[in-house]
Amino acid sequence: MGSTIIVNDLRKHYGQVRAVDGVSFSVEEGEFFGILGPNGAGKTTTLEIVEGLREADSGAVEVLGMRPWPRNPKLLTRIGVQLQATSFFERLTAREQIRTFASLYGVAAKKADEMLAQVGLEDKADTPAERLSGGQGQRLSIACALVHDPDIVFLDEPSAALDPQARRNLWDLLRQINDNGRTVVLTTHYMDEAESLCDRVAIMDDGRVLELGPPASLVRGLESVTRISLETGTLSVESAAEIAGPGASVDDDGVSVTIGTDDPARVLTALAERNLLTGIQVRGATLEDVFLNLTGREYRA
Amino acid sequence: MTAFTSLSRAMLLGWFRDRSALFFSILFPLMFLVLFGGIFSDMGTSKMAVIQVGRVPLLEQSAAGLGDVLEIQKSDDPAAAREKVREGDVVAAISQQGDTLQVSYSAADQVRSGTVQGVLRQVVTQANAVGVPQRFTMTAQQVEDDSLKAIQYVTPGLLSWAIAMGAAFGAAATLVTWREKRILRRLRLAPVALGSVVGARVGVSVAIALIQTAIFLVVASLPFFGLQLSAYWWMAIPLVVAGTLTFMAIGLVAGGLAKSAEAASGIANLIVLPMAFLSGSFIPLDAAPGWLQTLSNVFPLKHLNQGLLDVMVRGQGPLSVLPELGIVLAFGLVIGLIAMKVFRWDSV
Repeated sequence: MGSTIIVNDLRKHYGQVRAVDGVSFSVEEGEFFGILGPNGAGKTTTLEIVEGLREADSGAVEVLGMRPWPRNPKLLTRIGVQLQATSFFERLTAREQIRTFASLYGVAAKKADEMLAQVGLEDKADTPAERLSGGQGQRLSIACALVHDPDIVFLDEPSAALDPQARRNLWDLLRQINDNGRTVVLTTHYMDEAESLCDRVAIMDDGRVLELGPPASLVRGLESVTRISLETGTLSVESAAEIAGPGASVDDDGVSVTIGTDDPARVLTALAERNLLTGIQVRGATLEDVFLNLTGREYRA
Repeated sequence: MTAFTSLSRAMLLGWFRDRSALFFSILFPLMFLVLFGGIFSDMGTSKMAVIQVGRVPLLEQSAAGLGDVLEIQKSDDPAAAREKVREGDVVAAISQQGDTLQVSYSAADQVRSGTVQGVLRQVVTQANAVGVPQRFTMTAQQVEDDSLKAIQYVTPGLLSWAIAMGAAFGAAATLVTWREKRILRRLRLAPVALGSVVGARVGVSVAIALIQTAIFLVVASLPFFGLQLSAYWWMAIPLVVAGTLTFMAIGLVAGGLAKSAEAASGIANLIVLPMAFLSGSFIPLDAAPGWLQTLSNVFPLKHLNQGLLDVMVRGQGPLSVLPELGIVLAFGLVIGLIAMKVFRWDSV
């Protein structure tokens, strides 16, 4: 298995702003790769350079062994790009949309209809795209990106502005796409999305890649605290501090008492001895903690 | 389906399903046609009132023929007659002193006073030729003959305006919405030749313009309006196509500069509407001051207008409008180059 995308020391400046400031990474064939970071971190610019929409100031990009810039129609047939849900022709139905996109790639209308069914929009085929819900719009958008059966799919913040249920459904669809052997590159500012979907993530901030690796190992590599929460009132802050011992933090927000500790086993044992395990919540480190640890500030989406 | 046909189809469907686009490109100009055709319908045939002061043998001798064009009132008070002219109740006051016919007219109504002067000059010329006193007849002809009713000059003007508006708005709105909705970006990411995208848009605009023309001509030719097309009216088709291209370019400039679809149609409106007035799309420019007639030459719409008028109702030959066709296309070329300069794929 070779690398399908190789990005080396990519730079893009807009005046004084260094949107992308020396980004390097590679994506393996069949991998689900995430680029994670807050708004303005440079994710989208990086993705646009890789897709061939923008020219980098310096650095090298290779996608499937080809250079994406200048516009390379041969490469374009092998990548699929999902834009936001609103990127549709005006006043066309879902079926007309996907058929139009299919024809741009020389794909038959029948294949387009199959793709519509695959994302579960058969019954919405005659609905104008404007009247689809957010989640349905995203599905249609993804179907349009997949209609020509590309080797690599790029998804730019696919779950932005979706309700939780629609997000879960979308995640299932994205997993399915990846299970079919396609390489998927996703940008997101949702930590949980990256954690749940990606084989590897690159965490970006201020135009740079801060950390790159599988989400689990990024989290594990962190000397971070485990948070244990109980309902307020079941345990006083004083006794909680006593159980937690020195070096731990205790916080009561009026709903729950939260103990932050680097020795969860000891704290949990102590709580079990006092028979206080009912309704307890234990939360390990997340990518949010990784981000906090890397940048020294709270993650802002 | 090829990229070209499927994109054309997508655009045509989008246009056809857009009620407001349909309204503004088809119904709105037709409303103007009804309005203008109705308002001006009897303007061409009304007689012009003149006042005869004292005895005017010249007029009296030819009164039989003149009665068709002039309504002659009589007065013996020169001052009162001049006052009537000043107030616009009559077009001219006419008196005769010896061999001289004196005509007093108001500058306020140049068209009518010009017509009356023309008629009177004819009377004098004929009188001189034959010699006074001799029996002579006069056949006074109105400048516009009977067949050139209001609808005849209203139709080409409104048609050129409708086409200008349709093409400019269509191009401006499509460009901005496609850019803001990132459809342009999406097309750039598909292996489609830019020529197919541009070609489809041009093809659709031209098709829409031809539909507009057809509907316009059919409605204006209804007995109620009574448009009579001259023999070479089909030369209007290349003119319509050229006009569409030029005004698409104007729309693309507007769309390139604007940040939203609303702003784009605002800019397009700001360009097309005043131009329509100054180019004589609504009101003929013949009566306008000289400087305005000169100024109007800088507008492509004026030339489109002129060309359409020449071939559709004035009965001029197909070759006579080639200069206008060339001028309109030259405008299109220059504006098209500007449009390419201000074109942006992306909103950022």
